[in-house]
Amino acid sequence: MTDVVMPQMGESIVEGTLTKWLKKAGERVERDEPLFEISTDKVDTEIPAPAAGTLAEVLIGEGTTVAINTVVARIDENGAAVVAAKVGETPAPPPPSPPPAAEEPVGPLSPLVRRMAREHNVDLARMRGTGTGGRITKQDLEAYLAQRAATPAPPPPAPPPPVEARVPVPPPRAEQAKVRFEPMSVMRQKIAEHMVLSKRTSAHVTTVHRVDMTRVARMRDKHKDDFQARYGMSLTYLPFVARAAAEALRAYPIVNASVEGTNIVHHNEINIGIAVALENGLIVPVIRNADEKTVVGLQRAIVDLAARARSRQLKPDEVHGGTFSITNFGSFGSIFATPVINQPQVAILGVGLVEKAPVIVDDAIAIRWQCYIALTFDHRLIDGALGDQFTGKVKSVLENWSEEVL
Amino acid sequence: MRKCEVRDLGRIGFTEAFELQRELVAQRKQGLIPDQFLFAEHPHTITLGRNGKLANLRASAAALRSAGIAFVETDRGGDITYHGPGQVVGYPILDLKEWKRDVVAYVRALEQMQMDALADFGIAAGRLSGCTGVWVEGWKIGAIGVHISRWVTSHGFALNVKTELDYFRYIVPCGLSRPVTSMAALGVRAEIEEVQERLAVHFGRVFECEILKPELERVV
Repeated sequence: MTDVVMPQMGESIVEGTLTKWLKKAGERVERDEPLFEISTDKVDTEIPAPAAGTLAEVLIGEGTTVAINTVVARIDENGAAVVAAKVGETPAPPPPSPPPAAEEPVGPLSPLVRRMAREHNVDLARMRGTGTGGRITKQDLEAYLAQRAATPAPPPPAPPPPVEARVPVPPPRAEQAKVRFEPMSVMRQKIAEHMVLSKRTSAHVTTVHRVDMTRVARMRDKHKDDFQARYGMSLTYLPFVARAAAEALRAYPIVNASVEGTNIVHHNEINIGIAVALENGLIVPVIRNADEKTVVGLQRAIVDLAARARSRQLKPDEVHGGTFSITNFGSFGSIFATPVINQPQVAILGVGLVEKAPVIVDDAIAIRWQCYIALTFDHRLIDGALGDQFTGKVKSVLENWSEEVL
Repeated sequence: MRKCEVRDLGRIGFTEAFELQRELVAQRKQGLIPDQFLFAEHPHTITLGRNGKLANLRASAAALRSAGIAFVETDRGGDITYHGPGQVVGYPILDLKEWKRDVVAYVRALEQMQMDALADFGIAAGRLSGCTGVWVEGWKIGAIGVHISRWVTSHGFALNVKTELDYFRYIVPCGLSRPVTSMAALGVRAEIEEVQERLAVHFGRVFECEILKPELERVV
């Protein structure tokens, strides 16, 4: 017999109130399984069983306050021995983790587990938990469901004796599973939260314009070797688009605003975030005062921020304070996409693949460099006409590019 | 130094936040994650602690429903309380084995960090003997209710920043017939985020841990 005592939950504590028994006398308990709850000064604490066995005697009723170290119950460990012996006799291969089969799901189940079990029609009594005291956790249930999905026909539920029932259903181990569970990284959780938050916050609308990039392509061709030689980096289309976007933001400053409650926040700086794909996520470092930079300055900023984003050396203020964002999905081959707004901004410009395409110029078919640009804007603040005026402005700057690069 | 990750859940339903806490508590018990300190702001919700008395609820279920207030029974300590917009709710998920195995010391520390944060805004708050919580001249400004399982904490505290105090009329807060106040009612205009920031600082000091804030806030 093991005595279960009122524990001391702190130096100055001399007594505790037993508020709830989580097990009834005669019930089986596992070591460390929550046995009862006590209450001390606004704190409710679950007390685990000190030993495995049968809860032989409950000496203190719910609502009673007793001094610390008072015996509140006794656990009969032999109860455990009997069950263990029974399990030992069965010819079934010994399970990798100890909790013996129980007629009922072991331990209290979380509402989540109960709900999942209900939804997936899982008989929890047939499951073995890996939680404290054999408690069935969400992970157990997920693993079980995965295994069940992997098994073509569920084995027919064998009638009563649970010990025998376990024999024809040996627990398929992980190597047979068709899925693998992996906790999300902090970054992934953050991205997930942010994406859903954005979709919930803004009224997303995307407008797509086709842009003739021929002049920009020529400018780029003309300078790219010099640029590479002089700055040690290649000249891409992205700084041209950023430059055009900055000009359009100056012309239509509302696209550079954000929403706070029922206020429109106008930003006096044009700080453009550039989405950078990382190995396992993405980050949007910010080019501050982007409208004051030339194509050279923008290209250098983009390369620098992207490199430091990938080596995780960005300073916190370099990922904050953006007022508008650009995402360059064209670099992955996409023609156009509908990006998600980077909250609390109100618009994001997506740049598609720049490629040669046949187009009609003066009633003749010509080969031109083409690109689709997609503006996703928050329709709460930006009306459709304005969204298209802004995008049209970006288009017109790019199509009529005249500024020298070097 | 121990590390603690601070996360702001933003506006989130009480039950949703509770489910998340359960998950994190399970992970904390297995040592998969460091200590956590979650901030939340709940829609109008009245919650009843494990030892709460329904008698301290002054309105019928129908009245609560029509007022748009959710009602939830929880496993935290303490009696009945109200959560709502304008209130900073803090949920520390700490393994007290790594700090002090002392629930009273834990509750006193939760009071201390709130008192220290309030002092940063010029509010002199203190304790009231026998009444856990944070008080300003006999008015309650911060409430505490905690659950502990294998020394891992959940639930936590609620500090009234600019809470609509009228909602407390539906209950006898914590079963005490003492008035409730907020920072705004005391004439201090503070934003939720500012208060969270100060709470996080004092949390780190009181619990002697390094506060880690997820560095990525803006991602597309």
